[in-house]
Amino acid sequence: MRMKLYARRRLRNGIFVALSIAAAAFGIGWLALILGTLVIEGASGMSTTLFTLPTMPPGSSGGVSNAIFGSVVMSAIAVAVGTPVGILAGTWLAEYGRHARFAVFVRFVNDILLSAPSILVGLFIYELFVVHMGHFSAIAGAAALAVIVIPVVVRTTENMLLLVPNTLREAAAALGTPRNFVIRTVTWRAARAGIITGVLLAIARISGETAPLLFTAFGNQFPSSDLNAPIASLPVVIFQFANSAYDDWHRLAWAAALLITFAVLSLSILARIFESKRISQ
Amino acid sequence: MAYVVATMNQTHSCSAAVLKRFGRNEAIFRWFAFGAACLVLLVFAGIIAALCNGAWLALSTFGFGFLTSTAWNPVTGKFGALPAIYGTLMTSALAMIIAVPVGIGTAIFLTDLCPRPLRRPVGIAIELLAGIPSIIYGIWGLFVFAPFFQQSVEPRIINAFGDVPLLTNLFAGPPYGIGIFTASLILSIMVLPFISAVARDVFETVPPMLKEAAYGLGCTRWEVTWNVVLPFARTGVVGGSMLALGRALGETMAVTFVIGNAHAIPSSLFAPGTTISATIANEFTEAVGDLYVSSLIAIGLILFVITFLVLAAAQLMLRRLEARAGGRNQ
Repeated sequence: MRMKLYARRRLRNGIFVALSIAAAAFGIGWLALILGTLVIEGASGMSTTLFTLPTMPPGSSGGVSNAIFGSVVMSAIAVAVGTPVGILAGTWLAEYGRHARFAVFVRFVNDILLSAPSILVGLFIYELFVVHMGHFSAIAGAAALAVIVIPVVVRTTENMLLLVPNTLREAAAALGTPRNFVIRTVTWRAARAGIITGVLLAIARISGETAPLLFTAFGNQFPSSDLNAPIASLPVVIFQFANSAYDDWHRLAWAAALLITFAVLSLSILARIFESKRISQ
Repeated sequence: MAYVVATMNQTHSCSAAVLKRFGRNEAIFRWFAFGAACLVLLVFAGIIAALCNGAWLALSTFGFGFLTSTAWNPVTGKFGALPAIYGTLMTSALAMIIAVPVGIGTAIFLTDLCPRPLRRPVGIAIELLAGIPSIIYGIWGLFVFAPFFQQSVEPRIINAFGDVPLLTNLFAGPPYGIGIFTASLILSIMVLPFISAVARDVFETVPPMLKEAAYGLGCTRWEVTWNVVLPFARTGVVGGSMLALGRALGETMAVTFVIGNAHAIPSSLFAPGTTISATIANEFTEAVGDLYVSSLIAIGLILFVITFLVLAAAQLMLRRLEARAGGRNQ
């Protein structure tokens, strides 16, 4: 009887261990499958014309150069606008408002924004920019991306600043240094690697964002560098081409998908390197 | 003596000027930082205001019936949110049913079972799933997964459960490949890393002494996990799952590709449906007429309310957990 109980417990434990291993294998299996197909399908569509030619009608071989340009321009503007705001807000939360009730509220709202559906950000910018301007534009797309950048940077900046030991701040303050001077020359410098990590993660996040661009930047078949006009972007081109019925467009979509994934994953790895630097310091 | 006093006065006035400048800089910096923090709130308020403003026309036209109507007819101008709400809740619920056990299992594997040298690479691999943009999941789901599912998996399931009561309704109809179940499965892969990351972090906060005591009593791994680790980590696991649910509810691109975009409430899991975000992504740029656009924004507002409630609950749970962990460390 006792042996039977023991055997049953061992069996139950064995099943549990097997299921846990299967769970981890489930996740890794999908990752391998997705990356595998992506590389195989994307590599067949890779060519130099991908980077040199703009999107063209189906049948004629085109590239996605205008979409790459649009993505880079909008991401650059979004980061240029979103990063300072995010760093300043994160600094306020960590340095000035640390325990204030208002800071608790801002933190709560920021974390909601961090995981809020990005398509709603698109609707917000649509109402704010597109309706008033009367047309889609690169500026509206960049604004939507900036709204996504801000909460990411706020969260990482605050987290990184909180890791800076208080003794550093106190030592600087004891020399009679004004607070903003302490922040700019001591705490920001100590947390620099972490803050850069946050910015990199934000870039990685927005370079794959599609939903907020659909009805802000909209897309443009032709090369355009006018910020006040609709502009193409890689994710939106993938969306349009993948939903089309043309094989050559599907190939381009796969190649563009490989491009984006490669960019996003290398950014994440870069961010990881910066993060490990912070730990070693 | 007079000379010394004079120099002292001089230095004093000089440093007063410096101090004044410092004070001014400090005030400017402080207000800029405060302004940036307020901007975060402003963005949030702006989203609410924009959604309410845009949704007003549809909500005032259809009233409360907007929530319960299944009509979606741009030609006659009749719109109802129920199919989209149903699809959103259904796909997210199914995704959570798959992702929560798998995510917890992955976290247990990473904290307890995985050989040490493999821990980091396996952990990074799971996190990479969260890094892949959702449009990639979409294109992969559309071109690779859905055809495979349609040809190899769905016919077998339909045949196997065709004669079982109850299940025959769930798995009825022709195998489309795209549909509610496919969308749920892809969603579950996408949110898996959110659950396993939070669960792993909480599992690591379980005091080793508790686990060792249980092992010392002769408990098996399963018994330690079920009776010691999980009760200790409950709040964190639920909080992480809510966070993942918030993501699943609002996920747009991956779902748009594989949901089928049919404004209907299908009884079969294999039939095409739609979600709020997929409807907006598909129809917004092509919507003609104020009422149509307003209806789309109105379902966006509904999505906002649902995700806000879920995410707020997740925040509160994880905050409480953080407070507890902080209290113990100090």
